[in-house]
Amino acid sequence: MNPKLISLTINGSTHQVALSPNTTLLHALRDLGHTDVKSGCEKGDCGACGVLIDGVVVNSCLLLAWLAENKELVTVAGLGTPDKPHPLHKAFVDLGAAQCGYCIPGMILSAKALLDQHPQPTDEQIRESLSGNLCRCTGYVRIFEAVRVAAQELGSTLPE
Amino acid sequence: MLSTNTHILFSEFEYHAPTTVNEVAELLSEYGDSARVMAGGTDLLVQMKMERRRPAHVISLQRINELHTITQNGALTIGAATAIRALDQYVTLNHPSLGARLESLSAACNLFSSVQIMHMATLGGNLCNASPAADTAPVLLTCDATVTIKSKTAEKTVPLADFFVGPGKTILGPNEFVTYIQIPLPAQNTGSAFRKISRVVADISQVCAAVTIVRDGNIVQDARIALGSVAPVPFCAEQARAALVGETFGPELAEHVGNLAAQEIKPISDVRATSAYRRSVAFVIVRDALMQAWDNCG
Ligand SMILES: Cc1cc2nc3c(=O)[nH]c(=O)nc-3n(C[C@H](O)[C@H](O)[C@H](O)COP(=O)(O)OP(=O)(O)OC[C@H]3O[C@@H](n4cnc5c(N)ncnc54)[C@H](O)[C@@H]3O)c2cc1C
Ligand code: FES
Ligand code: FES
Repeated sequence: MNPKLISLTINGSTHQVALSPNTTLLHALRDLGHTDVKSGCEKGDCGACGVLIDGVVVNSCLLLAWLAENKELVTVAGLGTPDKPHPLHKAFVDLGAAQCGYCIPGMILSAKALLDQHPQPTDEQIRESLSGNLCRCTGYVRIFEAVRVAAQELGSTLPE
Repeated sequence: MLSTNTHILFSEFEYHAPTTVNEVAELLSEYGDSARVMAGGTDLLVQMKMERRRPAHVISLQRINELHTITQNGALTIGAATAIRALDQYVTLNHPSLGARLESLSAACNLFSSVQIMHMATLGGNLCNASPAADTAPVLLTCDATVTIKSKTAEKTVPLADFFVGPGKTILGPNEFVTYIQIPLPAQNTGSAFRKISRVVADISQVCAAVTIVRDGNIVQDARIALGSVAPVPFCAEQARAALVGETFGPELAEHVGNLAAQEIKPISDVRATSAYRRSVAFVIVRDALMQAWDNCG
């Protein structure tokens, strides 16, 4: 089982990493320091390990890292910085949508994938987009509201 | 037996990423039982983490373009590695006219777990994993779907009804894999519906049911009824079907047929539901699916 040199493009920067085929994308990312990608259930149920691959949200615990070669990967830290937060970051903070915060990176990425496709989502679409992200703390209400607020915020800044 | 999720893939394997179906057939003929095809990996990687499977060779279908495409000429021919989400989008975008006729398929795709899993999980993987709870299986059974199976030396197309052997078991030999799934385009006067009961929406079925009805005036000209999670393999309710075909449709008939279906299934009790619960909801969802499918008939 020989490691191979793989090139992973994460939040715009490209890394060359030697990985064996049984490394999941989740652990490849965390080993590279991207600990904003969380390990929860490790079997596809919780969404904490969510990552955008070419704009599509997937659970990185069920993806071999080799399959992510030459794709654009985005983690929650790739959406903005503390100085220039993404409207989703800002809305989650403003509304107090996070408690322990463990589920939040996955939540925000699911919401990002939704808003990229549907800038003005219906409540139903918001619920669907978050249905694969489990939260043990909040009861989801503020998370849901934060996505709504971010959608409004993004909508008001969209060019006509 | 309770197995724990080791969280990492302990098992070592050689990874193959062929770009043609012939290469897959070659690899399978070389490695046979020690190899496993991987489509989306949403079942296989969980099984490997739980050490229930330890393939020495993993053959990924991700780079085989033709297995990700859907074509249409009298039938929908769906590449086995087509993701559930892509299939749903194809049907919704390209076949608005087929909407009601293939509503069961769209509904099964829409109720399939979460968005993340819909993007990863494939139609072929859902069938080949052969879980009695696979959501697309009852739908495809009621669509008279066929599967094309390939090996290095042969290719054959078999009815899906002959494909499942037992929980986790199909007729696939160690050298064989599925290339395509075909769904004959349903006639004008066809309607279908799918119902699923699960703990939360993004969960695996406790019971699911699919129905297709061909309507002639007030009469049921032809019909199919199939259920998931109620028997060792996806289950065709033949007695219920016999009581439906040729009859004048109405709520009483739907009720009667729902009852027959609930009687002929063979549900077990497991972590997801008891046998008695499965039987009582099977009645409800078959009845409701029949009513909806009838409404959907053009
Ligand atoms: C969180 C979660 C939620 C889920 N929810 C649902 C749900 O709501 N409904 C549902 O039905 N399922 C559900 N599943 C199960 C799973 O996602 C589906 O069964 C999925 O369709 C499997 O497809 P895959 O491409 O990921 O299969 P893989 O894991 O790649 O493969 C599954 C099995 O089939 C074999 N295989 C795959 N493709 C082929 C082929 N072309 N030829 C021969 N063998 C092949 C593999 O060797 C393996 O044994 C869920 C899974 C998870 C993790
Ligand atoms: S850790 Fe990947 S879905 Fe839970
Ligand atoms: S905030 Fe703690 S899990 Fe969601």
